[in-house]
Amino acid sequence: MILVYVETDVSGQVQLTSAEALTFARTNAEVLTQLATSTPQLPDGGPATSRHVAEAPSGSSGRDDGVEVALVGELTEDAVGQLSRLGVSTIHHLEHPDLQSYSAAAWAQAILDIAPESGTVSASGTPRGMELMAHLAVRAGERMAANVVAVDDEGLLRQVHGGTAFERLRLDGDLQVLTVAGHACSPEEVTPTTPEIFDYELEIAEADLRTALVRTEVEATDDTSGLTQARAVVGAGRGVGSETGFGEVLELADHLGGALGVSRVVTGLGWRPHSEQVGQTGSRIAPDVYIACGISGAIQHMAGVDGAKTLIAINTDEEATMVQRADYAIIGDLHEVVGAVNEEIVRRRG
Amino acid sequence: MDILVCIKRVPDIAGTVTLNAAGTDIDESGLGHTMSSHEECAIELAIQTAAATGGAVTVLTLGPAEAVEQLRAAVAVGAHDGILVESADPGAFGPEGIAQILGDVVRDRAEQGQSFDLVLTGSDAADTGDFQVGIRLAYDLGYPVLTNIQTLSPGGEAGGPEASVGSNDGGAAAARIEARGIGPSGTEIFALDLPAVVAVQEGGVDPRYPSITGRMKAKRAPIVEYDAPEPGAGNPRIRLELPPEKTRSVTILGDGPDAAPALVDVLEEIGVIRP
Ligand SMILES: Cc1cc2nc3c(=O)[nH]c(=O)nc-3n(C[C@H](O)[C@H](O)[C@H](O)COP(=O)(O)OP(=O)(O)OC[C@H]3O[C@@H](n4cnc5c(N)ncnc54)[C@H](O)[C@@H]3O)c2cc1C
Ligand SMILES: Nc1ncnc2c1ncn2[C@@H]1O[C@H](COP(=O)(O)O)[C@@H](O)[C@H]1O
Repeated sequence: MILVYVETDVSGQVQLTSAEALTFARTNAEVLTQLATSTPQLPDGGPATSRHVAEAPSGSSGRDDGVEVALVGELTEDAVGQLSRLGVSTIHHLEHPDLQSYSAAAWAQAILDIAPESGTVSASGTPRGMELMAHLAVRAGERMAANVVAVDDEGLLRQVHGGTAFERLRLDGDLQVLTVAGHACSPEEVTPTTPEIFDYELEIAEADLRTALVRTEVEATDDTSGLTQARAVVGAGRGVGSETGFGEVLELADHLGGALGVSRVVTGLGWRPHSEQVGQTGSRIAPDVYIACGISGAIQHMAGVDGAKTLIAINTDEEATMVQRADYAIIGDLHEVVGAVNEEIVRRRG
Repeated sequence: MDILVCIKRVPDIAGTVTLNAAGTDIDESGLGHTMSSHEECAIELAIQTAAATGGAVTVLTLGPAEAVEQLRAAVAVGAHDGILVESADPGAFGPEGIAQILGDVVRDRAEQGQSFDLVLTGSDAADTGDFQVGIRLAYDLGYPVLTNIQTLSPGGEAGGPEASVGSNDGGAAAARIEARGIGPSGTEIFALDLPAVVAVQEGGVDPRYPSITGRMKAKRAPIVEYDAPEPGAGNPRIRLELPPEKTRSVTILGDGPDAAPALVDVLEEIGVIRP
């Protein structure tokens, strides 16, 4: 069985990253199952946890390589519909008053409680997905592979060095715990299934609530979902010149109904908030078009934009890596060029 | 509040990457070394928090002898001392092994009279990106753990009455901290009882630059040394692979603002603006 932890947003919709992780699980189900069952035991597997499964799912799909979902919190009709179109056979719905506030330990234990004895447990490579799978792996006495991009009968392939290299590895354990890298595949819909839904009477250990979330402050500026889901992203780097130099690039992002993404130099100088940073230690994006203005194309920045379908560079330096890696480029001062592009867009709209 | 920050020496990759002859790692010859920017932020947070509560910052690394450079870099910006667990082949350890060794060192230091109220790590190392050493270390120590944290404040309003227990060394450090990070729907605020492990995410603080006196101090920084044990369960790595060379060839649309219409044509073609 392949269990996928699925994240939903505030309105109960399945997150795009989770849809990717589900598609990854479904399209690689056979080989994941084969890997999980053919691996030798760890010589020193660490402590096994005592599980407190309330009701084991009796009517579970029974198929070894079926994709099942663990979902914490409210399960909306919309989510059930989305999951059925993503080929899910079973939904394990984990709801409990103590799980209303996020606590990684308690949530991970709840997912582990319904996980198979052997098989695969995965999540998307989001901060939450990483955190929960790491907790779950420690609790299960297993290893965890972060940011997996592919799998074949030799093992898993995952991103290392910020995506500049891949590590091939095998997890030797009963339970294969992994996260799927963002954009490792695109969500694919199938003929809708009718997922079976299981509800549980969970027992939450007091000790697992030690780090429960106290409160959330909703601030629009910290939200990266606009950036990671935009079809068009305008990138801005040191070449912008100063904190007050973002007028043209912001206007262009606006014309494209897109978002602004920046380099670490820009956030490091305090010109723009970190939530706008793209790259190894910022967001990873995969828009239809990325227009990099005044960005040199350092490997840590490229790690975040490799998924862009079309890459356009605007730079004074023809030799810049960003220009060399782009599909299209304009050589020149970004303020002049982007200003002219904005005027042209406005002119054509009439 | 006495704080330990775990840092990792990693190659500072700039251009193209090549692999070593065995294909087990990237070829580090000719590359400089650094640490992850998450860890730089962890050091900055530690310095600020220790200063506010009257404590010291210690940095710890498991790495080759040269990793002392990263410990000294931390002392140059304000850490007080360093601990090096030396291994000729640190790549032989997986995240489980690393966490176990770091945990053993924390316990041994406590026996030697050096205990820590708070242990910080980065959310992920810049090379292996395993996203788990901090969490494994917390379980090994039996401490609570938070990840993706960007700022810390001692005491903190959240989570009920402030605990009145002092720190291990009897100082006036708070036994509770407030930690903030960015969650899926906004800034998340957690209250955390110490001792604890916190994995830090870049973005909440700006790491400072070393001062001249800091650089001088770094040269004489007290470094405690340990020898790493033999790798146990080892590393599940089979080999590294490089992605296939991207074969994009760039079309230069022109020079300066005159090229703007050509760019707008491309944008229309892609369909991101209506024609
Ligand atoms: C562990 C680690 C993690 C990192 N993570 C990230 C990350 O997540 N994201 C990230 O972005 N970086 C990251 N970096 C930093 C990265 O290595 C680079 O330093 C950074 O991306 C450079 O930003 P930049 O391109 O804006 O600046 P620069 O490299 O200084 O490039 C500026 C560019 O602007 C051009 N230019 C100048 N003036 C103009 C003008 N008027 N018009 C047009 N072009 C102009 C120049 O020709 C140049 O190409 C990381 C580094 C490390 C070590
Ligand atoms: N060899 C090491 N020595 C000290 N700290 C480490 C080491 N490896 C990892 N860490 C810490 O654990 C964090 C997460 O690493 P990882 O789980 O490998 O991505 C890093 O940011 C470091 O703070």
